[in-house]
Amino acid sequence: MTDTAATPSHFEAAGSDEAHHDADHKPGFFVRWFMSTNHKDIGTLYLIFAIVAGIIGGALSGMMRMELAEPGIQYLAQWAGEEGNAALHFWNVMITAHGLIMVFFMVMPAMIGGFGNWFVPLMIGAPDMAFPRMNNISFWLLVPAFLLLFGSMFVPGGVADGAGTGWTVYAPLSTSGSVGPAVDMAILSLHLAGASSILGAINFITTIFNMRAPGMTLHKMPLFVWSVLVTAFLLLLALPVLAAAITMLLTDRNFGTTFFDAAGGGDPLLYQHLFWFFGHPEVYIMILPGFGMVSQIVATFSKKPVFGYLGMAYAMVAIGVVGFVVWAHHMFTVGLSLNMKLYFTAATMVIAVPTGIKIFSWIATMWGGSVSFKTPMVWAMGFIFMFTVGGVTGVVLANGGFTNYVHDTYYVVAHFHYVLSLGAVFAIFAGWYYWFGKMFGKMYNEFLGQVHFWLFFIGVNVLFFPMHFLGLDGMPRRYPDYVDSQAYWNDVATYGYLIMAVGMVVFFVNMAWSLVAGKKADDNYWGEGATTLEWTLSSPPPYHQFNKLPKVD
Amino acid sequence: MKLEACESRAYIAAKFHYGVNCLDRFASGIDGDKMRILTNLMLAAGLAVASLSVTSAASAAAPQPELAPAPQPELAPAPGAEAEVVESAEAEAPAFEHAPAVEGFGMPTGALGIQEQVSEVGEQARWFHDALLMPIITVISLIVLALLLWVVVRFNRRRNPTPSKTTHNTTLEVIWTLVPVLILVVIAVPSISLLQAQYNLPEGETVTVKITGNQWNWTYEYPDHGDILLVSNMLEEEGEQAEGARFRTDADGPRLLAVDERMVIPAGVNVRFLVTASDVLHSFAVPAFWTKIDAVPGRLNEGWTRVDQEGVYFGQCSELCGVRHGYMPIAVEVVSPERFEQWVLANGGTMPGTEEETEEAPADAETDTAEDAEDIAAADAAGAAS
Repeated sequence: MTDTAATPSHFEAAGSDEAHHDADHKPGFFVRWFMSTNHKDIGTLYLIFAIVAGIIGGALSGMMRMELAEPGIQYLAQWAGEEGNAALHFWNVMITAHGLIMVFFMVMPAMIGGFGNWFVPLMIGAPDMAFPRMNNISFWLLVPAFLLLFGSMFVPGGVADGAGTGWTVYAPLSTSGSVGPAVDMAILSLHLAGASSILGAINFITTIFNMRAPGMTLHKMPLFVWSVLVTAFLLLLALPVLAAAITMLLTDRNFGTTFFDAAGGGDPLLYQHLFWFFGHPEVYIMILPGFGMVSQIVATFSKKPVFGYLGMAYAMVAIGVVGFVVWAHHMFTVGLSLNMKLYFTAATMVIAVPTGIKIFSWIATMWGGSVSFKTPMVWAMGFIFMFTVGGVTGVVLANGGFTNYVHDTYYVVAHFHYVLSLGAVFAIFAGWYYWFGKMFGKMYNEFLGQVHFWLFFIGVNVLFFPMHFLGLDGMPRRYPDYVDSQAYWNDVATYGYLIMAVGMVVFFVNMAWSLVAGKKADDNYWGEGATTLEWTLSSPPPYHQFNKLPKVD
Repeated sequence: MKLEACESRAYIAAKFHYGVNCLDRFASGIDGDKMRILTNLMLAAGLAVASLSVTSAASAAAPQPELAPAPQPELAPAPGAEAEVVESAEAEAPAFEHAPAVEGFGMPTGALGIQEQVSEVGEQARWFHDALLMPIITVISLIVLALLLWVVVRFNRRRNPTPSKTTHNTTLEVIWTLVPVLILVVIAVPSISLLQAQYNLPEGETVTVKITGNQWNWTYEYPDHGDILLVSNMLEEEGEQAEGARFRTDADGPRLLAVDERMVIPAGVNVRFLVTASDVLHSFAVPAFWTKIDAVPGRLNEGWTRVDQEGVYFGQCSELCGVRHGYMPIAVEVVSPERFEQWVLANGGTMPGTEEETEEAPADAETDTAEDAEDIAAADAAGAAS
């Protein structure tokens, strides 16, 4: 944005100066990575964590696609080590783990913990986050959280090992329906991950409100910072509700309470209301930072300021606000009254308006621009189109009368993978390529980046688009087997996964090659289009930046 | 809308043959509690009311279906006669032959698009999707794609080396805010009437089925038909079935969908589904009826359908309920009212009205279903053991 354009030359002297002084003094390995208080190092830790979790979550989805490639049960017994119900339980464990890992341990750490930590302080001209040690504990809470979740797969959870409740952990399947410590471990894992995110949210809000460089008003903040600010508020308001809900689950399971047990005066639907009061804002938590990144990237590569900056910022605020009052559209079939269904249908459709503003504003940003289609830009454009596809099926699903048919079918699976696996993940890759040189000081390989994009783009579309057909044909989600007539599209989807997986191999090859032999990255390798403050620093930035605060005109 | 009117006429015609005056005691109690503030915008509701008066006028004159040994409901049989009727029903009613499943009908087909709909509400909903939502979202997606492609072609670095500096255009921003609002309003109107049509059970003759989801089978009860109780389990493939159990044949339906006991409902009559669960959440779903109702322990959810076309329709449990979630299908056989009565009697039930004011009837019903109740207990025990 022109508003925040601080010319690189203005800071170059200070930046290069710092590189040779205390500002770039790094502590020893253990202190640096295990007791870190540096936002960039913690951001890197988050990104590594997200990649590891993503590999595990992605491997689980590969196993699921493998099993679903053909009708009948082929591999489950082998994987579970047992026949019959134990094998089927393993299926439920996989869907649960895949969902929880991707949501809590891949997308959220990558976007908020990773890119948020790295670039919010840089973009607002702050030396670090407001609470550096709290930042550290935010990250280190995630590790035991992930270990608890991963460990839950190896302790009894009912019929066999692992929590097989689905990522929603609906009662009573998660209470009376799952005996054994696995579900308790999953619940505690969510507690820790939630606490981690709440601490992170407090940190971001404080940092953004108090540590902006002189002259950077809220209305001059880069849109990525805006997106993290809105996301932090969503986290702060939504996660305590999840914490309450899963604490009630825990006491229902272990201490004889009956919050969600009708036999004791409770109600299973109470859990669903609480869960989705968190769960719906959660989907915006996963996508809003992506909106922010895409805005930066589109502006950079179009060599134009973002179109309709204020509209873009307040569209995100609007999405965040409205996101809190639409939760029961996940519950259209639970037996809501007519008035409830009418309200939640209408409220949900309203979200399409600010989302539409964002889509059109991105296109208007490119319009008239001098666009170069480097890897981050193609990911961002892929994001815009795929998010549109996922968004319009969201408008379809908003209609309670229609959703009655596709609720809990593959149509819903297709929809949320279009907004997440093709939305959020595309944004993550866009941001990764965009800032790779800035973070690590080496340039990625452009050719491999493009190959990665096209393989991934084709792969996920072949993977997820047929799921719309399966859903309209009535295939329920969370099924390890399906009617023989649905074999064709399931088979196609599995091939889509393979294409995507090849794309991921290219990605890892690219990363390994770039980190070892990549060309050294300049301070502002994207040139005139990149106007935010991180481009005024060296690549990678000095260990401590902005010892003298920049001034923004 | 036109199509629905035609189907309603067929529905009235069907009712002429169904001369039993249905009294839903059980259901009407619940019905009274229901809010009915918003009236059904559908033409169907009006027709249903009209057809009710036609039906009650016809019920006195119309002959009883030939096969049914039940007496005229208007005759209010004496207590002694009632027991006789039940016995004779068991003795004389010919075994009910289930219709074979028709491949590609009432089940997933692997084809693109929504399954063939056999209820008016389903047809209305399918129209809403196919004629309105799908075209709108396709056009929107294609417009966005076209704009992106145009950017690639026209505003690339080579063709447009100097970028414009435009960052605002109020007119444009107002347009792309208001146009989506208008589109949403266009969607909202039929969406609201669809929700109302789904929610409001039209007046008229109604058969009630109480559905209970269990881990991992369904029980169907007919509280107005002598408390018939069925336990419906998936049929295993040949060679995989339990010892002595029946295995699936193609007439039962496709793999994973065929069940040993189908729910049987009459065509052309409102069917009220009362859905609950005995253990964890389940969801009763029949795509061909556009029906999906969650089964929640401690709650009794209500839904309804009216199917005009006879046939066998399949659905699957649609809320994660544990390890055999994928193996508790739903099969509903829609039969003519005559055959429905035949089925009721063959299953030891009674048609509503025949057991009015009899004191022994409940006791009879209990003995009739004692066996089934044992089945359930056994099934539960088996479930708990595993």
